[in-house]
Amino acid sequence: MPPNVVVDWLYVGVFAIVGTIMAALPLAVVWLLAPRADLPQKTLTYESGVIPFGQAWAQFNVRYYLFALIFVVFDVEVIYLYPWAVVFRRLSAFAFVEMLIFVLILLVGLAYAWRKGALEWV
Amino acid sequence: MTARDWLEEIGKAILLTVVVFTYLAVVTAMLGVYLERKISGWIQARLGPKHVGPQGLLQTIADTVKLLQKEHITPRQADVLIFNAAPVLVAVAGLLDWVVIPFGRLGDRVLIVRDLNIGVLYFAAMASLTVVGILAGGWSSNNKYALLGGLRSASQMLSYEIPLAMGILWVAMVAGTLSTVGIVQAQSINRWFLFQAFPFGFLAALIFLAAATAEVNRVPFDLPEAESELVAGYFAEYTGMRFALFQLGEYAEAFAMAAMATIMFLGGWLEPSLPAWLWLGLAFVAVVVVVLLIASPHMDAVDVPPPAPGSTTESVLESAPAGGPAQSPDYRIPHYDCTLMVAIARSSKPDARGPMPGG
Repeated sequence: MPPNVVVDWLYVGVFAIVGTIMAALPLAVVWLLAPRADLPQKTLTYESGVIPFGQAWAQFNVRYYLFALIFVVFDVEVIYLYPWAVVFRRLSAFAFVEMLIFVLILLVGLAYAWRKGALEWV
Repeated sequence: MTARDWLEEIGKAILLTVVVFTYLAVVTAMLGVYLERKISGWIQARLGPKHVGPQGLLQTIADTVKLLQKEHITPRQADVLIFNAAPVLVAVAGLLDWVVIPFGRLGDRVLIVRDLNIGVLYFAAMASLTVVGILAGGWSSNNKYALLGGLRSASQMLSYEIPLAMGILWVAMVAGTLSTVGIVQAQSINRWFLFQAFPFGFLAALIFLAAATAEVNRVPFDLPEAESELVAGYFAEYTGMRFALFQLGEYAEAFAMAAMATIMFLGGWLEPSLPAWLWLGLAFVAVVVVVLLIASPHMDAVDVPPPAPGSTTESVLESAPAGGPAQSPDYRIPHYDCTLMVAIARSSKPDARGPMPGG
């Protein structure tokens, strides 16, 4: 790998680490400056002014999970499209047709999922 | 490269991080909040902030100082580690967007942190990182409103991530590169990608803007925050500076989206009649104002799909076909929200409320 690419990602890494420190800094300042008074009423979760009923961590049906699975397929598809898009201008018409066929195959899958009701909210 | 070179690069990177972070905190977050309040004030025939500093310019700084003195309240039942990490994660995700965004040109140097060769792909990846922080914040609060806000944010990200990537993909096809600097330079040879291959440039720009608005949870796509129904959504339990970090991340990302739209469709800093920095700034501010501010407070929110006619809460819960006559109940809480409420009610016994606080 040319060192230039390594340096690129070094910058990204430094941004992530130093950014985390800088974002956590105000939290430290608050820890030093802000008052602390522990009252039991204060640490209750907010629920329109009444005492919370049970926990929010109940098992429940995330309605869109099938949709989320289909999303993963299409997100990966987009990743495959990117390298093709970059060299698109240098490719022949054959490559364009090939990509159309690839997308078409995925669309058939989407149509199947649609027919089966995976895109319904409920 | 020698060790000395590496150290130099690391030093430069740290310096740039501090500069960009300060820029985000001061310009995007503080000025963004001020502009939002002022512009929506004008539109709604109010004055907006006007007392602190000239024309109320220092209002946001005063607010920040106030927030610094506010107590951090961690809910008793929250997952403390994730609860604290979530706002930091959102802010860092907003910061990482800005690595690939060029700020203009000085002489023949492009002002950019790092011109990654996969620039726009990196941008799309980092932009979708925010939702992890939002979901973490919503879940770890152990608050029902916050959880619903987080889940809505995730569903919105799932829905609009692919259109966003498709809008970017069109630009990559026309420009033949993924680097942000390369995209701007490609527009010097041709012209703005907005007018390229009419009407496809317009279409791509519209798709990108709509998806970007949804990604950053601005009105009309503000379901995750939905003040009127979810209190504040995923940050309902956050106080003081942690709340401010959520805001910072949100504004950083919203401005990054606007900057990206400028770079990809409005020719970046290339405009012969004006100096580079002026044009980039003008186009950028125009996108921010149009998309994020003017459109914002004056549109009806899109809605979560309403329950099918005739379905009752119980029929939704059992996922059984709704029988009986159509009653079309007028739910204020959208469909899956009320299933969560019923699921919670069922899973907790009436006496699970615990003792009254304060003894």
